[in-house]
Amino acid sequence: MTATLFAVQVLNGLQLGVLLFLVAAGLTLVFGVMDFINLAHGVQYMLGAYLAVTFYGLTGNFFATVVLALAAALVLGLVLEVLVFRHFYDRDHLDQVLATFGVILFLNEGVRIVWGASPLSYPGPEILQGAIPVMDGFGYPVYRIALIVAGLICAAGLWLVVARTKVGMLIRAGAANPAMLSALGVNVRQLFMVVFGFGAMLAGFAGVMAGPIFSVEPGMGDGVLILAFVVIVIGGIGSIRGAFLAALLVGLVDTLGRSFMTDIFKLFLEPSAANQVGPAIASMLIYVLMAGVLFFRPTGLFPAPGRA
Amino acid sequence: MGRGIKALALAAGMTVAGALGAAQAAEPLKIGMMVTLSGPPAVLGNHIRDGFQLFVDENGGKLGGRDVEMIVVDDELKPDVALTKVKELLERDKVDFVAGIVFSNILQAVFRPVTESETFLIGANAGTSTFAGRGCNKYFFSTSWQNDQIHEVMGKYAQEKGFKKVFLMAPNYQAGKDSINGFKRYYEGEVVDEVYTKLGNLDFSAELAKIAAAKPDAMFTFMPGGMGVNLVRQFNQAGLADSVTFLSAFTVDGTTLPATKDAALGLFSSSQWTPDMDNEANKKFVTAYEAKYDSVPSLYSSQGYDAAQLIDSAVAAVGGDLSDKDAVIAALKKADFASVRGDFKFNNNHFPIQDFYLVKAVKRDDGAYHTTVVEKVFDDYGDVHAKDCRME
Repeated sequence: MTATLFAVQVLNGLQLGVLLFLVAAGLTLVFGVMDFINLAHGVQYMLGAYLAVTFYGLTGNFFATVVLALAAALVLGLVLEVLVFRHFYDRDHLDQVLATFGVILFLNEGVRIVWGASPLSYPGPEILQGAIPVMDGFGYPVYRIALIVAGLICAAGLWLVVARTKVGMLIRAGAANPAMLSALGVNVRQLFMVVFGFGAMLAGFAGVMAGPIFSVEPGMGDGVLILAFVVIVIGGIGSIRGAFLAALLVGLVDTLGRSFMTDIFKLFLEPSAANQVGPAIASMLIYVLMAGVLFFRPTGLFPAPGRA
Repeated sequence: MGRGIKALALAAGMTVAGALGAAQAAEPLKIGMMVTLSGPPAVLGNHIRDGFQLFVDENGGKLGGRDVEMIVVDDELKPDVALTKVKELLERDKVDFVAGIVFSNILQAVFRPVTESETFLIGANAGTSTFAGRGCNKYFFSTSWQNDQIHEVMGKYAQEKGFKKVFLMAPNYQAGKDSINGFKRYYEGEVVDEVYTKLGNLDFSAELAKIAAAKPDAMFTFMPGGMGVNLVRQFNQAGLADSVTFLSAFTVDGTTLPATKDAALGLFSSSQWTPDMDNEANKKFVTAYEAKYDSVPSLYSSQGYDAAQLIDSAVAAVGGDLSDKDAVIAALKKADFASVRGDFKFNNNHFPIQDFYLVKAVKRDDGAYHTTVVEKVFDDYGDVHAKDCRME
């Protein structure tokens, strides 16, 4: 019984981790390759979900929705790059933070005006409905398993691209030493744009995939963004491998903490006190983890080469 | 050319003077509508404002025979912002009424400035216990409920229904804890577990697994807004609905149903009002609301509408003259209007004495979702804090 519950919670942790990875992957590349702090990355996640709401309304087909929403997320990401972000690559981090924070405010209000303030939703595909029974009267939704699988496939694909292709090589080189890369005659601006569009699309994909589980509402990307930053700091900035492992770690620590922390405290505290302390500690866990990692490995667990 | 400009200036001056004269002759009734209009909870503020506006429009832009000037301000769900903006309403705009107030923390922030300036405060949602008991005030009236009542309805129902084991879950903040305490006031069975989640929690998979493992007869939860949408959909996806009765407060309502759709069908909530209540005032309200806003009103819309009705009744009773504050208070206290929820009268603490119902989500023939009454849980129910209020 407890073993089943634990297994279910591990699955939940993996699923959160996979979702975080999709957002963090783009963030870590943009931060690592361009040295650009993009707070508005969470907004891409939100836009992905909102675009999916619209496309689902038009097509009524989940898979068509995914394709259309991804294309639109890519376009929107590139538009933002050209209109706003491009002008801040050479500025210092504070300017970047201010500008991208402005984009968050602007787009959060924007989606509220376009789509309204009420939470929205759309269903997952028909063939992924239903749940796999794991306990009495409780099933693990097939869609969540599909989400884990889709995330793992993305991670594998991304690893292939980054580790085995020419573009990937340039990206890695850019993360390690962008000035040298530029001196070698690579059009870094163009590379930046590719990385940026790709990152926006990955975050959009996470948003599209999250829609059938979570409510789609203004500001939904903000919480994810904070977690994604924790992930890239733990994983090491600019490192896809680090982002992947750190995302799974954060997902597992957060989920298992939320599930079992109160019960652990109940072993040696009054139930009412445990109810006070448990949730408080559980919500702090990932930040404690981050502080610990930073203390022992200030550049993260798997820093991009050249940054360590 | 010079002459043309002079003539224009003269004309403009005369228009301004004319307008000023008219304004002095029939000064409009000024209402400061303070609601949350930004961030995810904006939907609640929108509904209250829309409900209020609807009644004003139905009445030809008047309340109690006087033209209405509405000043809508967004508190941004930040007490400091609310305080600044309410001071503007009071000191610069010199409003006659402040109405709205979605969240308890905002009410806490603006309550004293408004009541100390002897301006009438008509709460259309937040019902903090602080202002229902010893902190009650003659300038404050509520057209919603006292927070505890909604949760007590669920506790009472769970007790009457004989649920032996109940699982409780709420966000980890004051209102969440109040909610759990409200539930426990009438429920005497076993609480198998109390879980407090992070405020704004999105993924309830971990909590749902715990619920399944605990095998309760029912669960009670308070998850307003997007949290409720996520919980309801994930509850449904996990297939828990067959084995666990879902009891909730502010989780399954007109603001979340458009997003949860079929996933919420049959889930229980508590309310003082539903859109299909069979009374004249309500039928008129719901028909007009749907025609104007193209959506089913929520309980928040109904509270906004009743707030406008209350102001209308009181201003009419004093003949539009608000100078005698005590006369206005006496008129407000009478609650001489047909509330869309049916029975409505004010308790000594100026919170309503009203009926509370167990409601559940249903789908209408035209595909719209709404709540409907299952059974009445409390009849003419006042809140438990009223005895601590020293007002008569």
